[in-house]
Amino acid sequence: MALIMNNEQKKLTQTPLLKIWVPWMGCNLNRRRGSSVPQFCNSPTMIVMVGLPARGKTYISKKLTRYLNWIGVPTKVFNVGQYRREAVKTYKNFEFFKPDNEEAMRIRKACASAALKDVSAYFTKEHGQVAVFDATNTTRERRAIIISFAKERGYKVFFVESICEDPEIIAENIKQVKFGSPDYVDRDIDEAMEDFIQRIECYRANYMSIDDEKDRKLSYIKIFDVGSRYLVNRVQDHIQSRIVYYLMNIHVTPRSIYLSRHGESELNLSGRIGGDAGLSSRGQKYANALATFMRGQTIKDLKVWTSHMKRTIQTAEALGVQYEQWKALNEIDAGVCEEMTYEEIQENFPEEFALRDQDKYRYRYPKGESYEDLVHRLEPVIMELERQENVLVICHQAVMRCLLAYFLDKPADELPYLRCPLHTVLKLTPVAYGCKVESFFLNIEAVNTHRERPVNVNINRNPEEALHTVPDHI
Amino acid sequence: MTNCPTLIVLVGLPARGKTYISKKLTRYLNWIGVPTKEFNVGQYRRECLKIYKSFEFFRPDNEEGLKIRRQCAMAALNDVRQYLSVEGGQVAVFDATNTTRERRGTIVKFAEQNGFKVFFVESVCEDPDVIAQNIVQVKLGSPDYIHTNTEEAIEDFMKRIKCYESSYQPLDEVLDRDLSYIKIMDVGRRYLVNRVLDHIQSRIVYYLMNIHITPRSIYLCRHGESDLNIKGRIGGDSGLSARGKEFASRLRKFIQDQNIKDLKVWTSQMKRTIQTAECLGVPYEQWKSLNEIDAGVCEEMMYEEIQEHYPLEFALRDQDKYRYRYPKGESYEDLVQRLEPVIMELERQENVLVICHQAVMRCLLAYFLDKTADELPYLKCSLHSVLKLTPMAYGCKVESVCLGVEAVNTHRNRPEVGLISPPVSKTNRLCDFGLIYVDVSQKKKKS
Repeated sequence: MALIMNNEQKKLTQTPLLKIWVPWMGCNLNRRRGSSVPQFCNSPTMIVMVGLPARGKTYISKKLTRYLNWIGVPTKVFNVGQYRREAVKTYKNFEFFKPDNEEAMRIRKACASAALKDVSAYFTKEHGQVAVFDATNTTRERRAIIISFAKERGYKVFFVESICEDPEIIAENIKQVKFGSPDYVDRDIDEAMEDFIQRIECYRANYMSIDDEKDRKLSYIKIFDVGSRYLVNRVQDHIQSRIVYYLMNIHVTPRSIYLSRHGESELNLSGRIGGDAGLSSRGQKYANALATFMRGQTIKDLKVWTSHMKRTIQTAEALGVQYEQWKALNEIDAGVCEEMTYEEIQENFPEEFALRDQDKYRYRYPKGESYEDLVHRLEPVIMELERQENVLVICHQAVMRCLLAYFLDKPADELPYLRCPLHTVLKLTPVAYGCKVESFFLNIEAVNTHRERPVNVNINRNPEEALHTVPDHI
Repeated sequence: MTNCPTLIVLVGLPARGKTYISKKLTRYLNWIGVPTKEFNVGQYRRECLKIYKSFEFFRPDNEEGLKIRRQCAMAALNDVRQYLSVEGGQVAVFDATNTTRERRGTIVKFAEQNGFKVFFVESVCEDPDVIAQNIVQVKLGSPDYIHTNTEEAIEDFMKRIKCYESSYQPLDEVLDRDLSYIKIMDVGRRYLVNRVLDHIQSRIVYYLMNIHITPRSIYLCRHGESDLNIKGRIGGDSGLSARGKEFASRLRKFIQDQNIKDLKVWTSQMKRTIQTAECLGVPYEQWKSLNEIDAGVCEEMMYEEIQEHYPLEFALRDQDKYRYRYPKGESYEDLVQRLEPVIMELERQENVLVICHQAVMRCLLAYFLDKTADELPYLKCSLHSVLKLTPMAYGCKVESVCLGVEAVNTHRNRPEVGLISPPVSKTNRLCDFGLIYVDVSQKKKKS
């Protein structure tokens, strides 16, 4: 098991981008790439949704996928309904789903198989770690096929069943997401509702819920009545435990999340990054404008969160309401580059500056952090944001980019370049399968702190090329 | 995070792990900074009764017994009220069988009257092996059976369980649908979770779903002695000294001799822990969260230099070492928060070796050994020694292994309390001697 090392210690070097210590020579030990978060997935995992139509399966699939990708677990949704739409082109009516419609049954089975095939390709060729299999999967027979598919290939399986009999919730679901579906796009609302209800009935007769006795060896979570109750069976590993925790914290109560940076700070004015400066006079004006704006929104039970840094706290103080400080919301630590201008970074650390432009998400400042580290430390904030209702988060540029990327499902390479200007509030309201974003610039001028990726990211580039995209400052 | 205090109420037949869960949960909540205390009604009964005769006390037709038991429960609830409403506690864990709907109704009413939230934790188990194991591990040593021989004790205890069985009304999916609870079935194979109301209940559920009782050991040690250690400097990211490398190679031998099944090895992302792990010749995982406490502006300084350049900071740190945050750095309190996911994953895992740093190891050790925030920053975690922690009964057995390689002492004792620390002698390095400050004898404070 353990290799015998020769007496000479292998020298360690620090990788230039990630600042991870690795052995100088590659060796044939299985070494995982160092990162903020250890890699917990060994075998790929299939998450299999179970439930009648309009029980929130696709909502859960998309949300879970978004969360897992954000925390760095490559995840993809496979929605069998989409395969069916590709196969059948035009949806006529619920008769397609009648249990005695043999032609349709064949098509539906073929679609499920095609989706499973793509799951396999995702795992083996695209290095995916989690696949979310979004379909009704309401019969034991169908689930058995999936289980044996997974077993043959060494994939773990975790079922997520959504059970709900509240007619109001179901009707609300149908309104929110079904009417806009390609299946009903040319239909009038009452017809669509009538048809969809019949569709649900087609499944109901053969619906076999996961059985506490017969399925006691399976790993699953049953969600009852949109999260009022959960039954969890045989959680196998870390990722399943995280998934359960996440599913138990999300809710569907309407609410809005407001994201804003602190008001303009003294260091912002001089084009310096990081530090712990106070607000400039314009920044103070913004804080007052923010107070007026938030009052105008007339929000029930608004929670206000800040970081531990002076500039966010000063901004919150102007609101005149209680707020909570989170150290986890502190700006990214720029290590040796703290309080420098980009010009100074270029002069003192030209290679670091270039490496950062090469991979801004994973690049870690010397003695500092990377965006990837930030995401890891923001995860408890996201979890609590999911639990809460109306929240205003007053934070920082890099932090806000990470939070925004979570809500808007932006991938790691776009995240560090999301636009989060000073003196602008973003209002996020969950709607259907995603998030509505409204942007409010509160009309107080501020410096621009957004630096686009320059064209030349080579470490041999000249200073002009490196500094080409630096925004103006004093 | 919580506004109203929370009352956690255990439910279950005897020997279902209620006290194990109560103590473990209390330890976890206190460690993450939520003042929590457990109230074990059995202890109140022992104080009242003085001598336990036999299971007959628990017979459902024993009027006298029932009266005493009810009184004990009331006394315990009174102390709960005192703790939550007067003493500033945030969570109280009410550890008793609470097996009847009537008893639970009384508790719910009590909580309502006092403005406490209630969360039930029920443990259901019918596996005779698990129950027998419980009895052997924790009941035979109980004050109730201290003078009874093993066979008699087991027999009496089984009859005791029977006394409760006939009147046991488990939490019911329908009748109790408005209560907040988690039902743990078969030692964590299955859970039923109902109406989680807030953040703290959500954290409690997550924790309970991650713990297990499979026997295993956790090994904690620091990296081998580093070059900065030798110079008496804190923090930084230096490599191992020659003695540090010697420790690493003796650690490899030690681990091999222990013959541990499926050992996981974790390090921080700092050179000195990684160099130590490299020597073991097995795969290891790097956790940024295991990095040493960030000493901010004091990074790579000697204590003498800190005293010289930041005398006020130095004194403040000695006044409250747990909460003190280095300028542009961290506090022990911050450390605990960033180590929480590590603890959670340690609970999920089985055999693990964690190669970390002094402050980090103190935090982890404080979790396992239930040390208070006050004691935590002064726990002794010497270089070149390995602590083997093995969960046992309600706590943790600690074995300290010294691998026989000399190293500097980096432990600074709690100094005599005064506003400004006395000046440091330039000839003796603080950390080498630990004798410059008078050792104030520490009484273990109960939280």
